[in-house]
Amino acid sequence: MGLELAPKQSHVLPDMEELSFTDSELDYHVRNALKAAVQGDRDFYNQLVAVMHHKERLVPEEVALLVTCLKGLTGAVSCMHIVHHRSLLAAIFGMSLWNYGTDVMDALVELLISLAASSGDYVDLCLEMIVSNFIPPSSSSSYFIELLKQPRGLAMKGQVLDRLHSTLKDIANLVPLSPLRLEKIVRDRMPNIYMKEPFIVIYVENMLKLESGAMHELVGSTMLVAIMDRLIDLDVEIAWDDILQDDFCKGIFDMELEDLEKTDYHVQQDGDELARESFIQRFLGGNLIAEKLDSLMVLTFEHLTSCSESGRLIQVFETLLYSFQKTVLTAYKSKFTQFVMFYACSLDPENCGKIFASTLLEIFVSSIYPEWRMSAVAYLASYLARAKFVSVSFVGATLESIVNWCYDYCKDQDGDVNPRAHKVFYAGCQGIMYVLCFRMRSMLSIPRLKSQLLLMHIENIIGHPLNPLQVCLPSIVEEFLRLAKANHVFTVPQTFVDYGLLESECSRAFGGVQRLDMFFPFDPCLLRKSDRYIRPNFVYWSMVRSTYNEDDEEEGTSVEDIADASENGMNIVDDGSARSFGEGFLDLDEFDTSLNKMSITPRDSSSKFGGGIRGFMQMPSRIRPSTSPESL
Amino acid sequence: MEGLKESEANLVVYLHPSMAKCVNDAILRELSSLLFMYSETFDGVVLAYDPNVRSNLAKILPGIHPYLGVRLKAKLLLFSPKPNMLLEGEVVKISRQSIHAVILGFSSAVIADEDIRDEFKYKVKHGKEVFGSRHHKKHKIKVGTIIRFLVKSFDEEILHISGSLVAVHTGCARWLDTNLEEWSQADSTTRKRKDRDEKEQKIADDKMMANREMPFLKKDDRIKKLKKKRKEHT
Repeated sequence: MGLELAPKQSHVLPDMEELSFTDSELDYHVRNALKAAVQGDRDFYNQLVAVMHHKERLVPEEVALLVTCLKGLTGAVSCMHIVHHRSLLAAIFGMSLWNYGTDVMDALVELLISLAASSGDYVDLCLEMIVSNFIPPSSSSSYFIELLKQPRGLAMKGQVLDRLHSTLKDIANLVPLSPLRLEKIVRDRMPNIYMKEPFIVIYVENMLKLESGAMHELVGSTMLVAIMDRLIDLDVEIAWDDILQDDFCKGIFDMELEDLEKTDYHVQQDGDELARESFIQRFLGGNLIAEKLDSLMVLTFEHLTSCSESGRLIQVFETLLYSFQKTVLTAYKSKFTQFVMFYACSLDPENCGKIFASTLLEIFVSSIYPEWRMSAVAYLASYLARAKFVSVSFVGATLESIVNWCYDYCKDQDGDVNPRAHKVFYAGCQGIMYVLCFRMRSMLSIPRLKSQLLLMHIENIIGHPLNPLQVCLPSIVEEFLRLAKANHVFTVPQTFVDYGLLESECSRAFGGVQRLDMFFPFDPCLLRKSDRYIRPNFVYWSMVRSTYNEDDEEEGTSVEDIADASENGMNIVDDGSARSFGEGFLDLDEFDTSLNKMSITPRDSSSKFGGGIRGFMQMPSRIRPSTSPESL
Repeated sequence: MEGLKESEANLVVYLHPSMAKCVNDAILRELSSLLFMYSETFDGVVLAYDPNVRSNLAKILPGIHPYLGVRLKAKLLLFSPKPNMLLEGEVVKISRQSIHAVILGFSSAVIADEDIRDEFKYKVKHGKEVFGSRHHKKHKIKVGTIIRFLVKSFDEEILHISGSLVAVHTGCARWLDTNLEEWSQADSTTRKRKDRDEKEQKIADDKMMANREMPFLKKDDRIKKLKKKRKEHT
């Protein structure tokens, strides 16, 4: 394809006739046009600008013309001047890859690389154009939103994004300092929380691609930190404190999402689904911000999975942990963003899981801001209680550290109950009790941990004049005392043996304005899509509570042994195949009797969430070990 | 290579009071924020620094935040290319119209084809792009070569250099070093004649291309057939 060029003498506007030019001739003509434009003769130059503006439904000749012009310009970048060729440059930088086919895309990115490398003036402009191409043009947003739901739209997205990222890499090869400017541009142009969901998702997808791409050492951490910031921004916008407050403080251990599914044996599957749905609907129904947060978190989870597969999780986790300490920990009662950390830990319990817990412990023990310390111990307690992948021995060791701190603290105190002054102490005590509510059985079933537990100074702390039992949140204290009594572990001061003498005013006092006394960060995630990733690794209260129901059955511990065994480094695999059991697995007979006594609906959870890639193994698989005949 | 210089600077670094415990770290952090940026005061890009804090005393500035002003002497390595300086860098990309190189790993340089002397001819050999010298077969510039070139201009914001290979002592650095003696002794008259011939040829070529702007009617049919073939392909 070629152009007929107007000879300067006759001022005839060129037509689009077919002539073939070699590349060098084309360069020559385009250069002449550019140089002539500087002198004042802008005929061909204006034609070039007009060609750049073609974008609607291009016929093949127009496509070929556009490609040819772009190629010609690529060869002539040294003649371009940022002022004299302003309109041409504006036309080029206004083009969007999403509007064209692959031929034009390729030619355009070649031109961008050439421009960026030719002069420092154009580097920022080229990078900004590429970053603004991360999302489809806003002028036809509804068209693209529809298109992206179809397979051909996804294919187009793949083509565009691949080209954009390889262009960034090529520019970085030629202009080594460009990643520095790129990260600033990407961060500045990040969509705000009010932009439409598909566009935010695509932009974050691009950021994650940069994080895992060739430039990950240079820009990766900035991308992750910016994404976490945006997640927190969305999180904070979800306003549900008032609604949730009433229900949750009545009984933390009474109502959890999972419970709504399990009422009696004959509950229909649809009914369960509806119940859960209505619960979610009530709090987050139609909440666009929640949907955006949900989608972004799922993207992040997928990215973390791929990082884990490529062996990069530790480095990524360092950045996440830093971001967590800076923004999530300090945010006012973050609702869901912390599950990013939870998921990352679940992918690598040995390293990331332990680092997370020890960092939180460190903050609790030695930070200088009381709110951060209370927040950290709330996170730690919730994490130890809820993370299925954390081994019981690790829980025991961490618990001991918290207990030791609390014991050292109250050893030197001789005052009375004073919630405000000793709020960090009370937060620590509440954390201890919360963890024990979930883990007491499993700890007691292992002799070594049982003795460790009994040697801890928990009784001293409980019996101290500072009186944590009076100050901490009543529902937790009640549950803890009930368990302590049932397991005959701790001797409790007499006044608290009867329930109902507990006041809630004190807990409000120590919790402060932020109500950190009611902060349980890893309570079940209410975001629909994200929850699917979290469920396999999550401990629900119902799982634990049902095993406590037989207070006078010593054999009830055998079920916890299985829970134990699965916690000891075995992830629940969805095919229910043969599993080995670790320490603490006792008699099959005792186990069978307790099995019959349990009032647990054998739930077929695989059908609930549409099956999915991860089959959710809840109680049924856990109480049906491979050695029992039924499961074979 | 020119353009690098070492300077001694007397600096005062102002530190936030929270840094009072870790002054050395804070100083290093402040100095590292200068790296790879062009500084007018130093007249160059700071590449490396070596601080030397002389005394333990620092002046406290009056104000809302009592910043500490620490005086120190620092040795700085500066990069300040000026026009007509000779620099060396590694070639990263070659195209018909330009050679792109990277200097010291951080600064990008471009040499446009009008700044490449006629001695060098663009060829594609075995799929790789090369600028080869017409006079000396061994003198080649390809991706990975270290070239020596003259600075034309320096963009201080993005640290971008525009260079030229017009001068005779520019080109592939290794070849120039090994062949310097032979090259300077070469017959300069024969080379001048060659250059003049090439220039005349180029002017003739240009004239021909200008004449081609008017299409020849005879060619139309053949070209239309070519176009049809292309349409079938797309």
